[in-house]
Amino acid sequence: MKTLWMTVLGVCLYLPAWLQAALTIEITQGIEGAVPIAVVPFDTANSRQAPRENVAEIIASDLARSGRFAPVPEQNLIAYPAETSQVRFQDWRTLGVENLVIGKVETAADNQYRVQFRLFDVLRGRQITGYSMPATSEQLRYVAHRISDIIYEALTGEPGAFATHIAYVISESKNGKKEYQLQLADSDGYNPRTLLTSRQPLMSPSWSPDGRKLAYVSFEKKGRAAIFVQAIHTGKREEIASFTGINGAPSWSPDGRSMALTLSRDGNPEIYSLRLSDKKLKRLTNGAAIDTEPVWAPDGKSIVFTSDRGGSPQLYRMPAQGGRAQRLTFEGNYNASADFSPDGKNLTLVHGNGGRYQIAVLDLDSRLLRVLTDGRLDESPSFAPNGSMIIYATETGYRGVLAAVSSDGRFRQQFSLREGNVREPVWSPFVDRK
Amino acid sequence: MRFLQTVAVMLVFGWLAACSSTGDKQTGDVAVVEDRTGETGVDTSAGGATTSALGGYSDLTIESLTDPNSPMSQRVIYFEFDSSDVAEQDREFVVAHAAILAANPDLKVSIEGHGDERGSREYNIGLGEKRAQSVRQIMEIHGVLPAQMTTVSYGEEKPAVEGHDESAWSMNRRVELVYVAY
Repeated sequence: MKTLWMTVLGVCLYLPAWLQAALTIEITQGIEGAVPIAVVPFDTANSRQAPRENVAEIIASDLARSGRFAPVPEQNLIAYPAETSQVRFQDWRTLGVENLVIGKVETAADNQYRVQFRLFDVLRGRQITGYSMPATSEQLRYVAHRISDIIYEALTGEPGAFATHIAYVISESKNGKKEYQLQLADSDGYNPRTLLTSRQPLMSPSWSPDGRKLAYVSFEKKGRAAIFVQAIHTGKREEIASFTGINGAPSWSPDGRSMALTLSRDGNPEIYSLRLSDKKLKRLTNGAAIDTEPVWAPDGKSIVFTSDRGGSPQLYRMPAQGGRAQRLTFEGNYNASADFSPDGKNLTLVHGNGGRYQIAVLDLDSRLLRVLTDGRLDESPSFAPNGSMIIYATETGYRGVLAAVSSDGRFRQQFSLREGNVREPVWSPFVDRK
Repeated sequence: MRFLQTVAVMLVFGWLAACSSTGDKQTGDVAVVEDRTGETGVDTSAGGATTSALGGYSDLTIESLTDPNSPMSQRVIYFEFDSSDVAEQDREFVVAHAAILAANPDLKVSIEGHGDERGSREYNIGLGEKRAQSVRQIMEIHGVLPAQMTTVSYGEEKPAVEGHDESAWSMNRRVELVYVAY
């Protein structure tokens, strides 16, 4: 196969004005039962230049977005301690909060800050955890998300997934012409960056397990589908599949060495695995039906996929090297687009019933299917790397927008952009944490 | 080529207008077939589905492809939800195109499959491919050389109609025949 290394011609070095406004988040459902927490604005008295980010606000917003915490609104705070010695636990008990976060942002050197924070158990009147972290001005948002991760883990026992990313596709019409963009943003929708722009459709972004690359489908070559792998930081990319017919649904194996994908080069949409080192192809399915949307189980031993071999699209599971497939879904006339929870125990999927398409979770042990959303055309669900939330595509006013739902269905929120159709969100894995 | 595309686009829009004016989703497909011949100015009685094969498509010359008054200037075949079966009434139409291709081995066609927006995007790519292959198989049986045909699926990525109800969806579940190297 022809291997092409090239820098991405389509990368935009500027962002259109409408994209500079970040995705904003509206919480649409269910904050009851969230644990009250106070996040006091961080003291910036010892910052030579005022930090350009409000670290406490980012942390409070992260914690609120998780659905597990209800930060006290800033105007209701009763004191602004920055040191342990300034904390009067009795006051915070009166306010009814269980936990308190305080901190400081100080200048360490030119464009170099030191961010300190402490998390307290208000009832017991003691510190749970506290860190001091360096950050450049540009890293302040990231450091705030890392602090959110630490707080979330200390209080829930599960790792936080705030310092992660989402990738997605946007389409919009410009002067009557369609334009497609592959974008990347922080998990809260901030810092959107365009990785690729094309006049032809872009589809199916998929993260490499190390979070450094994205595979995707692009129709840029004379309107024909091809699969590319693009390094996020360098923008370099490689074309890995451009066979006759479909080149679709790329999905990385958990060890990063292979990719499952859908090809129709042998006549029918079938699932193959492609060894990335030598581009060796192995066909995994064989039949007259549509077999597509492969996803690897986190242990790498099996692959779940969509097939209409039983008459309607349903999910099946087969060994990763191919072989006998077992049907997993029986409820409703449409179950497709699966993604594994990080622990491998659940699948999230698109469930169609009575003409509506909604996001559901299937427990692989009990085979119980739980519908989590109530949209009309919800699609492309993707688990957060800690399994707590599922991001998906929905619509408001016939415009594609992103939304997230907690994996227990209790809490839902919507990301809104001012223009464009946003779709196919994929949540990154945990990235390297130095 | 550009002229062909323009004609095809005009016809699709004319067709759409006719379809949306029927207002009745249940009978929409039937209305489309009737209105198509009306739009192109061909006597509807000649297009009756009861006549023998190709009965409605008598003018099978390469020129008919660019003649807006000929039903052969039509390029689109429509499908039922989650189906890649070519409907009986469209089979003749595909066979008529196959006859022109078979008689003109230099002529090439790109068979482009599409789906509506419902369900998953990659499954719709699969469905579009199956639709294109259904059309391809009919053409191959009727003498079109494999080298004359390519198939491509765009799934739900290139809708003909930007709408969100059955009247739009029924126009988007389609195969388009795009003649190349004319």
